[in-house]
Amino acid sequence: MYGQEFERRAEEIVARYPQPRGAVMPLLHLVQEQKGFIPPDAEEWIARRLGLTPSFVHGVTTFYTMYRTAPCGEYLIQLCTTVSCMLRGCDHVLEHIKNRLGIEVGETTPDGKFTLVTVECLGSCGTAPMMQVNDDYYEDMDIERVDALLDALAAGREPPFPPGPGPKRVLVGD
Amino acid sequence: MEKVLTRNVGIADSHRLETYRARGGYRALEKACRMEPDEIVGAVKTSGLRGRGGAGFPTGVKWSFMPKEPHPDRPHYLVCNADESEPGTFKDRLLIENDPHLLLEGCLIAARAVRSSKVFIYIRGEYVLGARRLEQAAAEAREAGIIGQDIFGSGWSCDIVVHRGAGAYICGEETALLDSLQGGRGNPRLKPPFPAQYGIYGMPTTVNNVETLCCVPLIIERGADWFKSIGPDERNTGPKLYCLSGHVKRPGVYEAPMGIELLELIEEFGGGMLREGRKLKAVIPGGSSVPVLRAEECQGLRMDFDSLAKAGTMLGSAGTMVMDETTDMVAVMERIAHFYAHESCGQCTPCREGTGWLLKILHRIRSGRGRPEDLDLLDSVAGHMMGTTICPLADAAAMPCRSFVSKFREEFEHYIRHGRSMTATA
Repeated sequence: MYGQEFERRAEEIVARYPQPRGAVMPLLHLVQEQKGFIPPDAEEWIARRLGLTPSFVHGVTTFYTMYRTAPCGEYLIQLCTTVSCMLRGCDHVLEHIKNRLGIEVGETTPDGKFTLVTVECLGSCGTAPMMQVNDDYYEDMDIERVDALLDALAAGREPPFPPGPGPKRVLVGD
Repeated sequence: MEKVLTRNVGIADSHRLETYRARGGYRALEKACRMEPDEIVGAVKTSGLRGRGGAGFPTGVKWSFMPKEPHPDRPHYLVCNADESEPGTFKDRLLIENDPHLLLEGCLIAARAVRSSKVFIYIRGEYVLGARRLEQAAAEAREAGIIGQDIFGSGWSCDIVVHRGAGAYICGEETALLDSLQGGRGNPRLKPPFPAQYGIYGMPTTVNNVETLCCVPLIIERGADWFKSIGPDERNTGPKLYCLSGHVKRPGVYEAPMGIELLELIEEFGGGMLREGRKLKAVIPGGSSVPVLRAEECQGLRMDFDSLAKAGTMLGSAGTMVMDETTDMVAVMERIAHFYAHESCGQCTPCREGTGWLLKILHRIRSGRGRPEDLDLLDSVAGHMMGTTICPLADAAAMPCRSFVSKFREEFEHYIRHGRSMTATA
């Protein structure tokens, strides 16, 4: 559907499962990786490939929060607002990002660069507040680190620091 | 205490096979391959290991529920629950990202114990790095002949598949996880039948948490008695990972014996309160679904299954969230309610409606429009959610709500009377 390499990877995925249906979620991930979202024709293709109905596949797509049925910005910013992040000031970080980008939660900047959403716990409570940008976790975020990261991404530069915890963070306490 | 579960965390290239083997990795699997499955089950039973995913069910006993021999048409499966999504919990992620081979080794030993030849690791979709590390580790182990045919000459073969979720807390519930793994929506199902009889594809299946499986190689390598010697008593044994977050100086994952004192965890490991001079107000000891504790209840309290149950709360996933005196408890409860309302799968009416209703009432109180009858209403709605649904998500929303309202009632009343918080900031 999206070329030979896609078909090869799809075959490989289906072969991992004792029953073809098990491949629905990984195939949706694969489509999203290629297209940035799940278009209806991809659901139809998955349904045909696995012997399911398109409505079944659509039911799966819409059950999970990570599958998108519409395109989003180049960088999807997912800010965690659950308890541990809240206790460490994620609300201030959220306000700052909204003001800086001039968008509300759920919106995309007019240049198509950034989409901002809030999400439930991402399992980074010890390095709160945190945000996920596309596949990467950026942790121990404060206004300065957010600005440095967004400056770089907006200018098309490499992020100024690697994903993961802030520089002073010890991974496991002694 | 010597670190055992996290012994490889922080070592350069800790996620690589070479590093893992150089530090003694896969010796336990080699030993387990010379043991009969029942011997492995026996060792885990003797060790007293209880499931680290939240419920605390004895792992060896769970394994013994599996049929003795697989029927030719009914293969056995082992599923690793790596869907860690309980707010306040981030211990499994640490193990997955830093020591994926330890998890693979635990999975393989457990698979041998329950006579399975296929393991699925269901990892939450957001843990992209973790999934990549696990896939790389599985590929390395496959290449080295550790995963595959005739493992360590035992005649037993086993494969491991890493399966990514896609953002649904409910998939951490074992029956929802199995339905999701089969390619469907993650809707929990009624138990019985339990997964040991009717699991993935209707076949006998054992589901274990990441930390639980990571304890298994240690038990096989060092012996059940060594494991049992750690902890306050024989019902609460072994090393434990505690997740510490919120208003402490050094939040993080800390390894300590089962039964460490809560205040020691906060003071010694966490470095005390985040901001000097502020007092401890409350602690959620086991992840957001467990009842909250007031500061005075924390005195001398031990972090193990039974001590916390006696104190009216739970060890759960050991997701310990610490709050200082400035915390707006109504705001925290509203945030917790938001989580459960968002994550309810919608299958059972008391949960679908109840979680949304709790959130609406809490939001009303928080925005200064609370009514005097709202506190009784919260209690009544929560009461009707307890034990009335297929899975425990409704209870997970109701329990903290009831405890927040009863233990911090004056704060809720102040909000209703004055339309604002009685504390400085959240």
